[in-house]
Amino acid sequence: MMKKAGKKALAKAMFAVSMFLLSGIFIFSCTSKKIDDKAEVYKVGAVFSVTGPTSFLGDPEKKTAEMIVEKINADGGINGHKLELVVYDDEGDATKCNLAVKKLIEQDKVSVVIGPSISGNSIAVVPVADEFETPLVSCAASYKIVMNEETGKPYKWVFKTPQSDSMAVEAIYTHMQKSGITNIAILSDTSGFGASGRGELAKYAQQYGITIVSDEQYDPKDTDLTAQLTKIKGNAPQAIINWSVGPTQVLALRNRSDLGMNEIPFYQSHGFGSRKNIEQAAGTAEGVLCPLGACNIATLLPDSHPQKNVTMKYMEEYKAKYNEELSSFGGHAWDAMYMVTAAFEAVGSDKAAIRDYIENIKGFVGQHGVFNFSPDDHNGLTKEAFSMVVVKDGDWALVE
Amino acid sequence: MNDITFASQLLQYVITGITIGSIYAMVAIGFNIIYNVTDIINFAQGEFVMLGGMMMVLFHVSLGLPILLAFLFTIISVTLVGVIVDRFAIRPIRQPSVLTLIIATIAASILLKGMAMFAWGKDPLDLPAFSGRNPIRLLGAVIQPQYLWVIGFLGVTVLLLTFFFERTIAGKAMRACADNPDAASLVGINVKKMIMLSFSLSAAIGALAGIVITPISLMEYDRGAMLAIKGFSAVILGGLGSFPGAIIGGLIIGIIESLGAGLVSSGYKDAFALIVLLAVLFFKPSGILGNIEISKIKRF
Repeated sequence: MMKKAGKKALAKAMFAVSMFLLSGIFIFSCTSKKIDDKAEVYKVGAVFSVTGPTSFLGDPEKKTAEMIVEKINADGGINGHKLELVVYDDEGDATKCNLAVKKLIEQDKVSVVIGPSISGNSIAVVPVADEFETPLVSCAASYKIVMNEETGKPYKWVFKTPQSDSMAVEAIYTHMQKSGITNIAILSDTSGFGASGRGELAKYAQQYGITIVSDEQYDPKDTDLTAQLTKIKGNAPQAIINWSVGPTQVLALRNRSDLGMNEIPFYQSHGFGSRKNIEQAAGTAEGVLCPLGACNIATLLPDSHPQKNVTMKYMEEYKAKYNEELSSFGGHAWDAMYMVTAAFEAVGSDKAAIRDYIENIKGFVGQHGVFNFSPDDHNGLTKEAFSMVVVKDGDWALVE
Repeated sequence: MNDITFASQLLQYVITGITIGSIYAMVAIGFNIIYNVTDIINFAQGEFVMLGGMMMVLFHVSLGLPILLAFLFTIISVTLVGVIVDRFAIRPIRQPSVLTLIIATIAASILLKGMAMFAWGKDPLDLPAFSGRNPIRLLGAVIQPQYLWVIGFLGVTVLLLTFFFERTIAGKAMRACADNPDAASLVGINVKKMIMLSFSLSAAIGALAGIVITPISLMEYDRGAMLAIKGFSAVILGGLGSFPGAIIGGLIIGIIESLGAGLVSSGYKDAFALIVLLAVLFFKPSGILGNIEISKIKRF
């Protein structure tokens, strides 16, 4: 009998202690965060190519988006609302991408979608954003994502943060013009990125007084570009431009070096914006020129540069959290995420209001430029968003 | 310095073609070994090549082992992977039809690719060239020492395999399984063991290809599928099941690709190889060195 009562008392005491602890945790959690649990959760959907051949784009984008959401929620959310991020991986596949965007809108009921990572997929989901009247901020480059070529007007619901290929082309051509280069050879891969860049290179050449004497292509998975470069060598151009992403950028440099073509100035597209490429080129990247956004070269920027602060901060946060080098592609997701959070903060979760807000963003200082959106411009950048950079002693250096 | 004559250009295309073709040939030989013993096409063959490159990077670059030791470990570990694929993907299938076995190899290839992605990440990895990167100049063309290694490895592989299949009991037993598995098991050959041996041999050859190509083209987790497709084209071109056919097929595809890219249009490089493949199959459906009678007996 005594024993039983003792047990009961013990159980009661334990119950009381645990209740006390629980309430303590409850009170603690209420006071430390300002997020109002009853308030509506703001939902952002994201589709990135986290795996697959273009994972080097999607991986830093996903990491960046997650980092930002974590940070915002730790700081008390957006006006007391919790921010929730739903990420799907399209594996670089347009069909999967299409399904993912539909799922985000219909099942997860997100207010706005960021991504996809690549141009082909982004173009494929433009009609989806339109159909469901949901704002979509793409992280891919092609101007066709935001420009309806039939009407000459931007698509109503679609925006994008990366600079267009045409801006990179103009930045390169401007530099060539200054250096007196008129005969060039171009190399491009057959992916959407390479094909789009090739088109833009051909389109702007005449305007800058440049003749393309050699136009070579290759598959993004090719293991050797010696044949293409040998052909270029035969045409003796004054400079070579390579337009691709992934390992072929490094292959082109190595093969060029093998063939003894190091004296011919070599330009890469803005897709070259990762220090890993310089490392893998094993010394053959020296002297290579490319146009890059401010986010790649944060440490090189003068203190007076408008983007100095935001780019340095992002770089430090990213390095601290993931312990790896920043890639410029994550910067596209950074721009998209902060535009979207600014919209939530100003107008709440209404899709149409978010769209209108983004369309009127002015002077937004991002990772890849200072954005000025308008009803006629859903990208908001100019060619000044690029700086020409040269590889020097295994690192980037600004070209004067 | 930058002038280059047409003849030197041609020579450069052919050298490049032979190098890449040698890799295709090694992949093709791997396909044939397994096909001859089991009648199946092993779609994980490209993954063996990828693993060869990745393991070599792991042992030689990450762990800093001397090149010969790293080489040995790589071959052994990828061979083990081949054995594991056989043991856990092929053998457990209860009613093995050619189709289910092929599907099992596809599953194995997806699994290996995924595991490689988690183990090594998504970035391409580099391996130092075996004997430096100072190119040899020959009549205006440039030859990387590594090209010679690739071609040499193909030669050594062919010699060793010829010896194995012609002169050793195990090799002869494998050929017997290829001819008629039922009769082979009647005379006391353990067919299951031979299948396992075929997988380990293919894996080892794949690993060899991966090790020699990585210093030229880097290696990343999803390179396998592309190499498998090219190797498979080489197999079909040369004749399914024929070893000399695999080598000829691989070299032809490599050279056509390179010449096509250099002389006609680099954008349609892959198309040239496929056009030649289709043309050959149109006139000789069994491939250059294939035998139509034998292919009729096979289940696939």
